[in-house]
Amino acid sequence: MDELKVSEVKLPGEKGESETFQYIVIKLGSEQYGIDIRYVDNIVRMQHITRVPKVANYLRGVINLRGEVIPVMSLRVKMDLPDDEVTKATRIIILKLEQHGTIGVIVDEVKEVVTLSTEEIEKITYDVKEDRSSFLSGVGKHNDELISILDLNVVAMEK
Amino acid sequence: MDVNQYLEIFLDETKEHLENLNAQILKLEQEPEDVDTINEIFRAAHSLKGMAGTMGYKRMQALTHDMENVFSEIRNGTMKVNSNLIDTLFQCLDALEEYNNNIQETADEGTNDNQQLIAQLNEYLKSAGKQQEAAVKENAPTAEAGENAAEKWKEIKLGESERSVLTAARQKGKNVYGLTVYVQESCLLKAARAFLVYKAVEEKAEIMVSNPPAQDIEDEKFDLDFSLIVISDYSLDEILQAAKNVSEIEKVTGAVYEFEEVTATESSVAVQPGETKVEAAESVKNQNTAVKANDKKASGKPVVNRTVRVDIEKLDVLMNLVSELIIAKNSLVSASNAEGVVNAGVNEQIEYLESVTTNLHESVMKVRMVPIESVVSKFPRMIRDLSKKLDKKMELYMSGEETELDRTVVDEIGDPLMHLLRNAADHGLESAELRAQRGKPEVGSIFLDAYQDGNNVVIEVRDDGSGIDVENVKNKAIERGVITPEQGESMSEKDIINLLFHAGFSTAKKISDVSGRGVGLDVVKSKIESLSGEVEVKSVLGEGSTWIIRLPLTLAIIQALMVTVGGEKYAISLGSIQTIEDIRPDEIKFVQNREVINLRGSVIPIIRLSNELDIESSKTPEDNLVVVIVKKGEKLAGLVVDELVGQQEIVIKSLGKYISKCKIISGATILGDGEVALILDANALI
Repeated sequence: MDELKVSEVKLPGEKGESETFQYIVIKLGSEQYGIDIRYVDNIVRMQHITRVPKVANYLRGVINLRGEVIPVMSLRVKMDLPDDEVTKATRIIILKLEQHGTIGVIVDEVKEVVTLSTEEIEKITYDVKEDRSSFLSGVGKHNDELISILDLNVVAMEK
Repeated sequence: MDVNQYLEIFLDETKEHLENLNAQILKLEQEPEDVDTINEIFRAAHSLKGMAGTMGYKRMQALTHDMENVFSEIRNGTMKVNSNLIDTLFQCLDALEEYNNNIQETADEGTNDNQQLIAQLNEYLKSAGKQQEAAVKENAPTAEAGENAAEKWKEIKLGESERSVLTAARQKGKNVYGLTVYVQESCLLKAARAFLVYKAVEEKAEIMVSNPPAQDIEDEKFDLDFSLIVISDYSLDEILQAAKNVSEIEKVTGAVYEFEEVTATESSVAVQPGETKVEAAESVKNQNTAVKANDKKASGKPVVNRTVRVDIEKLDVLMNLVSELIIAKNSLVSASNAEGVVNAGVNEQIEYLESVTTNLHESVMKVRMVPIESVVSKFPRMIRDLSKKLDKKMELYMSGEETELDRTVVDEIGDPLMHLLRNAADHGLESAELRAQRGKPEVGSIFLDAYQDGNNVVIEVRDDGSGIDVENVKNKAIERGVITPEQGESMSEKDIINLLFHAGFSTAKKISDVSGRGVGLDVVKSKIESLSGEVEVKSVLGEGSTWIIRLPLTLAIIQALMVTVGGEKYAISLGSIQTIEDIRPDEIKFVQNREVINLRGSVIPIIRLSNELDIESSKTPEDNLVVVIVKKGEKLAGLVVDELVGQQEIVIKSLGKYISKCKIISGATILGDGEVALILDANALI
């Protein structure tokens, strides 16, 4: 199987001085986003998605993940970015959220796993005008690159 | 003693006994003189007391003990049943249920002593002038019960053959005795004690007849006593002493057994082969009646069925595994088709596998089915309480309690039904004066009917009350801002009645604690829909209303017709499909701007699935239409699809709450090739 199992990765910082968390860095367009690894169940390749009629446009449909039917949404559409272009790098990240259950999100590319300490993440000031910023819980710095940390509960929230 | 392992059984059985008591006490109110009912009640109360005692629930035991005293007085005929007494008894049952619930949650019975109820019960006992006896019973209830019918062996009925054996024994100068042995109430291993008594007696005598039969005693299918008829050379005292030497034996009574001796002619006739058969049959019959009498007598323990109690979760696991198996089988089928395997042997085996999985699924499903009786049996009691509370006379008639449904559905259906019944009692039925004015019988009737209808189970709650006032509902809806007055004008009667299911809608003029808090019907609807069922209401103003609940027999696996629409695959439950028709485009007519077809005399609206599903049909307008005729209750509709794929057994998977908005899709299924196909809800489409 071409699945990358990541949920078993051990979390560092459990006995740490300042807390550190691991994030999966993904790309949407030119920007990098971080997804808290604790919520990631699985990452799978793009596959056929069965369309479900009469649902919000960002909901792409459902897929079969080892016998379970999982809804899949487009992060791009949800964040008002141009529609997905499926390439070889496109992946579906399966998230397990307490509030919303299991859900898949389509991303352009999965880059790496980074470890960020709480000090490296800056809380962002909520900008009402820019809708997209409300999906973020902070911005992290890693090797001089900026990683916007996604607030997954907001991402999964129904519009 | 560690009793935790028995806790679950205790809870289950207590629940059963309480249900039974509820039903029987209700019956007792109707027929206060019915001996069977009283005995049944007594037995149930007695077992409850015993069980609570064994488990160490003192308060529960104390309460049941006093209840038992009251029942005993009723049984002895020294106390009359009246409405107040029944009320108190019902309160006692409620208290017991509370104990049971406490135990279920915390494994502790709680601290409520229910002194008041116990005092009330004792009050009744006193007023029956039996105070002293009650006190005596407090100390030794079994002894008292024993004296009432101390010499139970006299009740043993003998068959011809036994009599002839006894006659022969007596003629040989042997003694024939009857014995009744009482086991102490606190005894935990009755069967073992009884066995020891048996053994002790057998050393001195030959046991001819045993009541209950030895097998039943071994299985502990007896109350606290058993009777024997023995033949012996020894004196009666010696035998009695032998039996008494066994520990935990309360007492043993006995005397010389008197019986009708079989005359010589009779016994000689009995030897003739032709007659022996009849006789044997007769003795079997006698034995049977003896066994039956005994079963009735033998404590409240249900006659031991050959059953196993299984945790429902284990059944869920089993069902899931069956689902997986069916998916795997489907994959195998589609793989063998795709590879073009021509080997007839493979196909044959696949067909065999198919029939096995289908049977397996059916069996597992049957295991999960339970009669709805367990849910509805509490309703007569509820209606009785409501009748008092609302001061309306009403009667509940139930039918089809034996109708079976999936266990998970049965567990969930109780609350919605209760809501509907309360509604019928509170809003449906009129007050007595109004009923008199309308020329209806004084006592209102509420019906609860359950029956199977194809792949569905239908439960109807019907009343002969005032029915639904459509105007009233409309005005209320406008008043509460549920609809605008303009909307109200254009709505059909049916649509308006359906507003009753709207959240926060209640037409009760005054808020009572019975119903009318604005929660209820919308909860009923959402609950039933979460069970993949539906609820509708029919009503005639002034004559009453009927609430119809339709539930699928099974939730997990169905037979479905696979169709394609615009290149996508969809499943339609076979249960809702009537026929499939091939329709020419020119056969489509328009009625009120809707497309209809005339099918063998009936006009059926057609629904183009491509429109409903927001997809382009792969067919051109000139092509003939494939129309799947589906049925919902009385209504028919034609669903236009592009192509038929075939019939398939599918496993229903939930789409999850994340995509619950889509009404016309009831779920999804995984096809043999691993793809997901959506299941169309024909009911929502119509």
